[in-house]
Amino acid sequence: MRTAVILGMGGLGCPAALALAEEMPGVRLLLVDHDRVERSNLARQILFTETDVGQPKAEVAARRLSRLVPGARAEALVHHFGASSASELLAGCDVLLDGTDSFETRFVANDAACAARIPLIHGAVLGWGGQLLAVLPGQGSCLRCLFEGPPPPGALPTCAEAGVASPLCGVVGAAMASEAARVLRGERPHAIARLHQWDALRETERDVPVPRDPRCPACALAPEAALRHP
Amino acid sequence: MPVIVKIPAPLRPLTQGQSEVSVENAATVQAAVEDLSRRYPGLRERLLDDKGALRRYVNIFRNDEDIRHGKSLQTALAEGDKLTIVPAIAGG
Repeated sequence: MRTAVILGMGGLGCPAALALAEEMPGVRLLLVDHDRVERSNLARQILFTETDVGQPKAEVAARRLSRLVPGARAEALVHHFGASSASELLAGCDVLLDGTDSFETRFVANDAACAARIPLIHGAVLGWGGQLLAVLPGQGSCLRCLFEGPPPPGALPTCAEAGVASPLCGVVGAAMASEAARVLRGERPHAIARLHQWDALRETERDVPVPRDPRCPACALAPEAALRHP
Repeated sequence: MPVIVKIPAPLRPLTQGQSEVSVENAATVQAAVEDLSRRYPGLRERLLDDKGALRRYVNIFRNDEDIRHGKSLQTALAEGDKLTIVPAIAGG
């Protein structure tokens, strides 16, 4: 059975999980989040309702997906993803989707995916801006080819500080699911070696080429990720 | 012809909401950043660290070229070039 691990059941994880379950209902979805539903989440975290406030996001999301999508195989893991547990959690994973709201976690996910040769779909949103990068270790660039590392705490605004455009979460989350589905079908995702950016305020999109850094500490030595055909 | 600098959404509060600004007579990326920093206070701190180097979580592209893979801030500019600032974002 093919497995997609989704990190963060927030504004991106919710629509990504729903779209991926609808597109590929036979795929096992492992939903990872340590957080609980808050009332302020409801506008953009579409798998949750008022009655879910206070419950673990991963568990609520898995239950709701199972009801919404016949045949969906969603499992919850209430867990804080980190370097110490990354390799164990990614064992058997065919594609990793990262929609977390932590810079540290994003770089841990990138490094773990490169080390384990697992395709990674990186999606992020802030304010009216969104971005997507597909990482196929050994075949393209990775997050560390674009940025050397995470900022120190407080250096850049977070979603809580800058807000996030709710509709944009649906757009970027669905695009993440689409890229993950390509990987699961044995196809190459589109956003390899390029950062796809959305500007929801001006309704524009653009690609920024992300060349592979031959000195990248995460992916330069990574063996090629093989796309497994179903 | 000036150099056009594309400003990402998280930095637009510093450029009065402008998504693009132009820089005249900048021979290098460094010169363009210094010019912008004078016109838009606070921008320099977001792009450069205390030693004047590009911050590790911000990148700048000259046209399609990642400047960190070349001469970084000393990358030469020509009229009509486009600079794209790309900061890391982590919201989800």
